[in-house]
Amino acid sequence: MKLFFFKRAIQDILNNRFLNTVTLITISLSVLIVSSFALFFNNTNELLDTWKKGIRALVYLNPDADDANRLDLKYNIQNLEGVSEARFISRKEALAQMKVQMGRQASLLEGLESNPLPDAFEVRLKPESQTIAEIERLSKAIEALPHIDKVEYGQQWIGKFTSIINVFKFVGSAMGGLFLVATLFIVANTVRLVLYSRQEEIAIMRLVGATDRFIKTPFYIQGMALGGLGGIIGMAGLYIAFHFISEKFHNSLSAELLDIHFLSLEMIAGFVAGSMLIGWIGCYVSLKQFLKA
Amino acid sequence: MKPHEDALIRLFHVYKRYGAYNALFDISLDIFRNEFLFLAGPSGAGKSTLLKLLYLGEALSEGQILIDRVNLARVSRRRTPELRRKLGIIFQDFKLIPTKTVYENVALVLETRGMSRKFIQKKVNSVLRTVGMEDRQKSFPPGLSGGEQQKVAVARAVVGEPKIILADEPTGSLDADSAEAIFNLLINIHARGATVLVATHAKELISNAKGRVIQLKEGKLIA
Repeated sequence: MKLFFFKRAIQDILNNRFLNTVTLITISLSVLIVSSFALFFNNTNELLDTWKKGIRALVYLNPDADDANRLDLKYNIQNLEGVSEARFISRKEALAQMKVQMGRQASLLEGLESNPLPDAFEVRLKPESQTIAEIERLSKAIEALPHIDKVEYGQQWIGKFTSIINVFKFVGSAMGGLFLVATLFIVANTVRLVLYSRQEEIAIMRLVGATDRFIKTPFYIQGMALGGLGGIIGMAGLYIAFHFISEKFHNSLSAELLDIHFLSLEMIAGFVAGSMLIGWIGCYVSLKQFLKA
Repeated sequence: MKPHEDALIRLFHVYKRYGAYNALFDISLDIFRNEFLFLAGPSGAGKSTLLKLLYLGEALSEGQILIDRVNLARVSRRRTPELRRKLGIIFQDFKLIPTKTVYENVALVLETRGMSRKFIQKKVNSVLRTVGMEDRQKSFPPGLSGGEQQKVAVARAVVGEPKIILADEPTGSLDADSAEAIFNLLINIHARGATVLVATHAKELISNAKGRVIQLKEGKLIA
C-alpha cells in the first residue's frame, strides 16, 4: 500500500512537471539563501568566539600607586569572580615590550626623558567568563577599586562588531521568515493547482469509496519529496558556492586568521528536514481548504 | 410482502427540495435483500435524485433513509467512504477517470480498500473478462465507445463485490446489443446475491425482465 502511494506521488510529479519544477527551483533558492545566512552567522560567531577567548583586560594604575597598593590590587583583582590571572606589568617592562614591537622605529623612544607608560595589570578571564557581559561587569568592579586609572578590553571594536552581526542576524532572520512564507505559499499554490486540475478525479474517487487519507497521502508524499529534494539541491548549491569562495579566500588571506567552515551535518540535515516540513505544511493548508469544500 | 426486517434499504417520508422545487415528495419505500428493483419513470421524475440520496451524493431535505440499518442522516463525512463501499454505482455519465486506463479505473475501487497488488490484478482481470473488456484494459476512456465505457463502469461497480448495485440509466446511451449485454451482467450480479436497483425509463427493458417495478412521476411514488 505504501509503495502504491509513492508510485502515485511520483506519477503526479511527472504529470505536472512544469509546475513541480518551478516549485522545486523556488524551494532550492529559498534554502540556498536562508542557509547562506546561517553559514555566515556560524562563521562570524565562531570568529567572535575565538576573539573573545583571547580577550583580556588591561588595568592601568594611577602613578601614585606604591608597591603595597599594587600587592593589594593584585589580591583584590584575583579574588574577583571570573578572573583566572592578574599579571603585573611594570611601566619599565611595558616600555621594553613597546620597543620590541616598534622594531627599527624604537629609536624614537630614546629621546624620552621619562617613561610615559603607566604600571598595569593584564587580567585574564576564566573560560566561562569570556563573554562581553562578564568582562563589562568585571571592568566596572575593577574600576571601582582604589588607584585604578582606566580599564581597557577592546570594548569599542567588539561592541561594534557584535552590533553589526546583530543587524545581519535580524536581516537574515527577517529574510529567512519571508522566504519561508513565500515557499510555503508557492508549495500550497502548486498543490492547489494540481487539486483543481484533478477535481473531477477526486470527486470520482470519493464516490467509489476513497477516504480522505487515501486522497491526501500521495499529495503529502509529493510535498515532502519536493521539499526534501529542494533542500538537498539548495544545500548542494551552497556547498559549491562555499567551496568556490573559500578557495579564493584562502588564497588572499591568512587561513589562520579566518578559518571558515561549512555547515555541520546536523545543520544540513536540519535544513533538509525543514524544507520537507514546509512541503508538508504547504500540502496541509491546501488540502484542508480543498477537501472541506 | 416480506417482513420489514428483511429490508436492506428503507425510505421513510423522504423529501428532496431544491429551493421551492420538490424533486422528491414523501417517498416511503422498502427494498429487500437480493431484490431486483426497477425505478421507472420519465426524465425528471426524480429517479437519479433518489439514487443520489442513497449514495450520499446529495443530502435529503426531510425524512429518513436506512441502508443496512444505518441511518444516512447520521453518517458523518468520515464514515461516508465506509457506506459507499457497500455500494456499486453505475452512473448515467459513467464517471470514469479519463487520465487512467480501463484497468486503473476498475482497480481504483480495490486500491481504496487497501487490497494487495496481486489480488487486485487477479480480480480486475476476472471482472474485465466478464464484461468483455479484457483486451481493452490499457485503453483510456476517451478512446472507448459509449457501450465500452458503460461496460467499464459496470466492471468498476461490481469489482468490490458490493451488497447493493445502484444503476442510473445503465443502458441509456447504448445500442440494443450492448444494452442487452449490460443488462445480462446486472442479472448475473443479482444472481450472485446482490440487491440491484436500476433507474430507467426504458420500458422494453422493464417488460423483458423479472423484478419489482416502482413508478415515479414528478417526484412522487405512483405505483
